[in-house]
Amino acid sequence: MRQPLLALLAKEPAHGYELKLALEQIFGQAYPSPNIGQIYVTLKRLEQDGLVRSEDVEQTTRPNKRVYELTPAGRQALRAWVEEPSEGPRIRDEFFSKLILAPMAGVADRMSLMNTQRRHYLGMMRNLTELQAETDPADTTARLLIEGAVLHLQADLDWLERCLEELV
Amino acid sequence: MSRSASKGLPWPPAPSAESPALLRTSKLVKVYRADGLTVEAVRGVDIELAIGEFVAIMGPSGSGKSTLLHVLGGLEPATSGEIWLRGQRVDGLSTAGWAILRRRHIGFVFQFFNLLSNMTVADNVELPALLAGATPRQARKRREELLAELGIADKAVAAPARLSGGEQQRVALARALANEPSLLLADEPTGNLDSSNTRDVLRLLRRAHAGGQAILLVTHDARVASLADRVINLFDGTVADDAKIVPIPRTVTGVGDVLELRG
Repeated sequence: MRQPLLALLAKEPAHGYELKLALEQIFGQAYPSPNIGQIYVTLKRLEQDGLVRSEDVEQTTRPNKRVYELTPAGRQALRAWVEEPSEGPRIRDEFFSKLILAPMAGVADRMSLMNTQRRHYLGMMRNLTELQAETDPADTTARLLIEGAVLHLQADLDWLERCLEELV
Repeated sequence: MSRSASKGLPWPPAPSAESPALLRTSKLVKVYRADGLTVEAVRGVDIELAIGEFVAIMGPSGSGKSTLLHVLGGLEPATSGEIWLRGQRVDGLSTAGWAILRRRHIGFVFQFFNLLSNMTVADNVELPALLAGATPRQARKRREELLAELGIADKAVAAPARLSGGEQQRVALARALANEPSLLLADEPTGNLDSSNTRDVLRLLRRAHAGGQAILLVTHDARVASLADRVINLFDGTVADDAKIVPIPRTVTGVGDVLELRG
């Protein structure tokens, strides 16, 4: 959550709720709506680290709102984040651990573990294809985010089939 | 288009109340023998498909899924076991008997489209109806409806080779649906398509299914499989799993669970 907030603040100063709305608008419903509490907590930490600073802006009819802006250190942190290559996707090692260890422990057989996991993946894929069908094709960001999720899930399923071929 | 057009074939009756399955197999086996080598591709498969149901068959390569589909469509004879379609046993049909059955009751879509290259798109789609005894006027009307529905009405007079892969697959779907088959069989229908063409085919399959079309398709593409009511997983020629797809409640997990915004 830190870096997306820095990136938004690099564009213009904003208060917490504006940041939440901006995230929702940019990523669409493909990404779970960010928790406002989490945004405030993250902003406070960023301020403690000297990456943003804030000031209260008086409002006549409402309580004051706190507007955040990026500091030079924040801009530098943002640039460093953007410039470093990102980590590759995580392997679903929890399932793999189960697959390897559970039969050894006599707790489950591999075929039923794989079937359970495949059903779960297919259920998730159903969600994604429904989301894809509901998403405005003109919303490129949301569309690509869903497509990324679809491709990752397809890779997980392909890997499951490979495990099936080799382990059962 | 009267049913007497299929003279000589004891016509499959509609499924009865006791046997509601559209398609059912029992201990289905397919063995290939060549040069002293025996390959058991399908080893005792029992599956069932209800009227209007959409079932996807998945499984590792070599698990027998394409063979199973070909046997169910009568493109290859079963070695043993039973195939019942619309309440009638069909595994013993002759090649000609299968051809007549397919004409009226089974639409087939392949990975590589298999369109007739020396005919126009329109002729490709009209041919099955004409073969089944429709008048040219009926065949043309149905073709016009289908091509319009699939968004390729403007390609009617084109040769298939002039079309993109996605358009060719849509023509193949139109041809398969031309005679309003009881069952649509598809073998990796998106296997040769890019992602935007795949999306189009997904939309068409979803729409056909919503209109009551029963579909049995083989795929390794989980997007296609996720549209199905049920997924059968084949492994080593047998059914390893057969389960309904249950969407995960979105409040519990969503895209965010698969793809996480980091930082």
